[in-house]
Amino acid sequence: MRTSAPSQPGGGIAADDTVAISLHINGELRHVLTDRRATLLDTLRERLALTGTKKGCDRGECGACTVHIDGRRVLACLALAVMAEGREVITIEGVTPADGLHPVQASFIEHDALQCGYCTPGQVMSAIACIREGRATSDDEIREFMSGNLCRCSAYPQIVAAVRAAAAGA
Amino acid sequence: MSGIGQAVSRLDGPGKVSGRTLYIGDIPLDDVTYAVMVPATRPHARIRTIDLAAATAAPGVIGIFTHHNTPRFGRIDVPLSQPVMPLQDDRVLYEGQPVALVVADTLERATHAARLVAVAYDETPFDADFAADLSRTEVAPAFFGIPPDNAKGDVSAAWSAAEVQLEGVYRTADRHHSAMEPAATLAIWRDGELRIHDATQGVFDARACVAQALHLDPEQVRVSNTFIGGGFGGKGWGWPYQILAAMAARELGRPVKLVLTRAQTFTSHGYQAATHQTVALSAQRDGTLSSIRHDSIVAGSFAGDHVEGAGWDTHALYASPAFSTTHRLRRLHRGNPAAMRAPFGGVGLVAVEIAMDELAYKLGMDPLALRLKNHTDVDPSDGKPFSAKKLRACYEIGARRFGWSDRRAAPRSMRDGRELVGYGMSSLVLRAYRFAANARVSIDRDGAVRIETATQDVGQGLSTVIPQIAADALGVPVDRVSLVLGDTILPVAPFTGGSSATMSVGSAVQDAAVKLRERLIAAGANGPEGYAGALAALNVESLSADGTWAPADPEASPAIFSFGAVFAEVGVDEDIPIPRVRRIVGVYDAGKIMNPKTARSQMTGGVVWGIGQALLERSETDPRLGRFVSKNLAGYLVPVNADIPEINTTFVESFDPHASPLGARGIGELGALGVAPAIANAVFHATGVRVREVPIRPEHLLVG
Amino acid sequence: MQHFAYSRVATLADAINAMQQPDAMVIAGGTELLNWMKEGIAAPARLIDVNGIADLAQVTADDRGLRIGALARLSDVAEHPVVRTAYPAIAQALLASASPQIRNMATIGGNLMQRTRCPYFRAEVEVPCNKRRPGSGCAAMSGNDRTAAVLGATAQCIATHPSDLAVALAALDATVHVTGASGPRSIPLVSFYRQPDGTTERETRLDAGELITAIEVPASAVARQSRYLKLRERASYEFALVSVAVGLDVEEGRIRAASIALGGVAPKPWRLCATEDALQRVTLSDEAAVRKTLTADFADATPGRHNGFKVELAKRAVVRALQMAGEGA
Repeated sequence: MRTSAPSQPGGGIAADDTVAISLHINGELRHVLTDRRATLLDTLRERLALTGTKKGCDRGECGACTVHIDGRRVLACLALAVMAEGREVITIEGVTPADGLHPVQASFIEHDALQCGYCTPGQVMSAIACIREGRATSDDEIREFMSGNLCRCSAYPQIVAAVRAAAAGA
Repeated sequence: MSGIGQAVSRLDGPGKVSGRTLYIGDIPLDDVTYAVMVPATRPHARIRTIDLAAATAAPGVIGIFTHHNTPRFGRIDVPLSQPVMPLQDDRVLYEGQPVALVVADTLERATHAARLVAVAYDETPFDADFAADLSRTEVAPAFFGIPPDNAKGDVSAAWSAAEVQLEGVYRTADRHHSAMEPAATLAIWRDGELRIHDATQGVFDARACVAQALHLDPEQVRVSNTFIGGGFGGKGWGWPYQILAAMAARELGRPVKLVLTRAQTFTSHGYQAATHQTVALSAQRDGTLSSIRHDSIVAGSFAGDHVEGAGWDTHALYASPAFSTTHRLRRLHRGNPAAMRAPFGGVGLVAVEIAMDELAYKLGMDPLALRLKNHTDVDPSDGKPFSAKKLRACYEIGARRFGWSDRRAAPRSMRDGRELVGYGMSSLVLRAYRFAANARVSIDRDGAVRIETATQDVGQGLSTVIPQIAADALGVPVDRVSLVLGDTILPVAPFTGGSSATMSVGSAVQDAAVKLRERLIAAGANGPEGYAGALAALNVESLSADGTWAPADPEASPAIFSFGAVFAEVGVDEDIPIPRVRRIVGVYDAGKIMNPKTARSQMTGGVVWGIGQALLERSETDPRLGRFVSKNLAGYLVPVNADIPEINTTFVESFDPHASPLGARGIGELGALGVAPAIANAVFHATGVRVREVPIRPEHLLVG
Repeated sequence: MQHFAYSRVATLADAINAMQQPDAMVIAGGTELLNWMKEGIAAPARLIDVNGIADLAQVTADDRGLRIGALARLSDVAEHPVVRTAYPAIAQALLASASPQIRNMATIGGNLMQRTRCPYFRAEVEVPCNKRRPGSGCAAMSGNDRTAAVLGATAQCIATHPSDLAVALAALDATVHVTGASGPRSIPLVSFYRQPDGTTERETRLDAGELITAIEVPASAVARQSRYLKLRERASYEFALVSVAVGLDVEEGRIRAASIALGGVAPKPWRLCATEDALQRVTLSDEAAVRKTLTADFADATPGRHNGFKVELAKRAVVRALQMAGEGA
């Protein structure tokens, strides 16, 4: 496991709310200064430059911040960063191969399962887990088990098609 | 080749599916500070005191702005922007209006400090209850240059003389855009220049607003974005949060990042305002319409002049010899509304097309036959022919695909187990909004083509379609074409909205690409070395051409509208009446389609918006508190995947040379039209209960 | 969000000790507490992360019943083979809860400690709400009460309890096991929740410094033939407008025993005791007779201005859920 240098939060400062933690993210141990009050989502985005995970609502109501922790899909806005210490966090950056795309990502493009793209990383993370959970065996099942990810552009039928195709190829 | 009309996969797909695409809030920046707005908690008040002691003492706070220390802004007169700016005096005109802006070194610290700002108000009487007093209205101001009232013929005489009359009141709800990306501004003041990254649907409009507010020359301000995480009308023009971020960056000399909270998106950039519409139709016994009257009372604001033009396109629907449309504005102590997919007719068709369904029952006619009976190939308002109307084909193809002929006429006559099944349909019409646009296209010796234009990509597919247009004109593969967009240093292009971008910007790009090709050919590009040979002959590394396009004088043009027909099947459990859409068929007449793959997705998305409008979306208000009750995505319901059944959309294509040189008209809002009335009509057919408002809810159907 | 101290504990004893400190709160899934902290609804001085107490995450079952550790995740309990076959209403209630992501995070104990979804309570700024600030009043009563309670509401509060799971557990006579500084005790689920009174902000019988450790559900014929029906406008990822859990013991088409709890209509899971009694010996397929048994339990309904429809909707939901349970659907 590689390690990286600590990154500074904007401004740099001491004070009782700053905390140094180490997170296993995408196979790497990252040391980071964050705020004890910071969510995993804001720590990823504002301190670790991992902005592929999106913030849509910050209340667990949209699914845009879906990541995997210890192999399960969860919402990064409802986890404190300090609670993620010692656990394995995988973000959209971690599932994207350096030289191409994950089959689910390729399927999303093939089936035009995105428009503005803001919810898409969360959809992809959810779809990968949905297939792994065995919950992609019918269109109705995909619809239900992909309902934790809102898409306001409303690419839902294409998302179902993309997950169905990726599951068939998995 | 992958030119016009080809099903090219989204060129921006790889960046988006991998999370590499940078939206405004993702842009990395050293030394950034975080701004958080403090919203007013009263709909109409004067600020008595603002206690900043606790917030100022909080760790990490860099600056706090209130009306006491915020510079006076210049007057903003950019069309459609909100003229009333916050932090200028002690007046509060709507709940959610910013009353302070807190800037700190981290997001957590700014968020916490913003909660510590203590504001005391002297409350003043307010009116935030749209339905309370519909007599207090004013004639709506002209908007988009469209007058509030429009009429032809003698409606009251036709009404009195008619064999059949139908009048009803129809209501639509307040709705919120709810783009997945909360609006965001990143402002940097450096050496007397303001650099703004903003998720705006109009970089030039945003620039004009910021420049006017901050007393700057527009040349001192640069506004840009590459991708927008959905707009739908909510990220247009100019809103206070953009001005505040820019102001703070200049005052503090630090980069300022302001991302709205989800709750703030409900009060910071408009919403689709509720309407109360009266429709009166008169007809002969055979179904021939003799008059259409459509009177709209729409909710407005004391903070702006937005008008929900529900009846603007009503006259273009049917061949009625007499029609009258009016708009009255009922201003409230709420934020200024905004256009929202689909505005205007998207709201007005709910009333007119439910009324048409009611009239069909009254006449004992098939609802589709009634529409065909009143079909018109000329605009009834001035007798001009429509530019290229294919609505008859839409009806025919739609009815066939849907199986409309299987419909039994009587309500409650079709079922599937415990589910009552209903079929309903609607016509739809959308006027073509078009604006002047500019573009530059260049090519280098490697054959790489570059398009530059200031238009914005809100996810509609522009980043794929625009390169296709240039590839088509130049005869090069689309993967050789790149697009630089969304920046005020680029050739001027209009805001992205009103389904206008392909017609307006696409035509300018085509013009530039054709000119470039002509120059290349003149320089010998027909030789074996092709374009590279031409560039070599000219002894240049690259060559560019500027293109432009502007709509012709409307007086000299035919009437340019898009049309379509939507057919809906719903199921309503006989005991537990929560309607579910079982399938939708939509057939659309929008001229030439640039990319059937992205166009189909756009139409599907629009239909889903219509499903939300029909059955889910209603932003509840509390008139006593003067606020939207649930400013979140758990209380304001947008559709989820499980709500969406089979959606079958297709186009009746034609080349409409009047709309644009591409033959295209716009489709961004088209899919969202007509869906809600088709569903409402299907719910009536299923249940026998006529609901004259949307969204339709179980309480409307729990009767008997 | 206020500053707080954060610590992890690995044993129940350590957790109980840590909880005796002032303003301490337990965090497990975090899916509720973090939202309260973001909105200013809760401002704990100390957060005690109990996720490390491994033995609180167990799910065990035998002939006598089911025991679910408080730290078991909703998704794991929903997928448990015994829960699915012997307590189907529990599995169905869990799968109808929230979203797959949240079900992977949220715990059984936390689910029972959820607080109302009343939009006034959840507002991003403080508006009058007796739950949020005792004595401040109830804006919902004079405002938008569409989602409010129609049974069991009081002059202080008309909010409903949002848990799907609690409704299923109420119908199946579950017991809540809790532990505090003075040792363990157990509370029947039907009396775990308090009706709003002068202390509207206290919603359960859990005392300060106590922690839910497990839920026990007795095995029964009624549990085996149980069903959870959730009515909502959005097809998924929404709290219930009305929900109902029923358990049935039917012999030759006649009801021998029925157990019914409603959700979305009251400040707590609402058992329909009079209906249960009246249903005995009623023929399940006789819809009119079944419907008649509901009269007494709804006699005291107190619909407001916008939520009256929930009374009729709830009645129809009960009838339908009984039919579905009878059909084994």
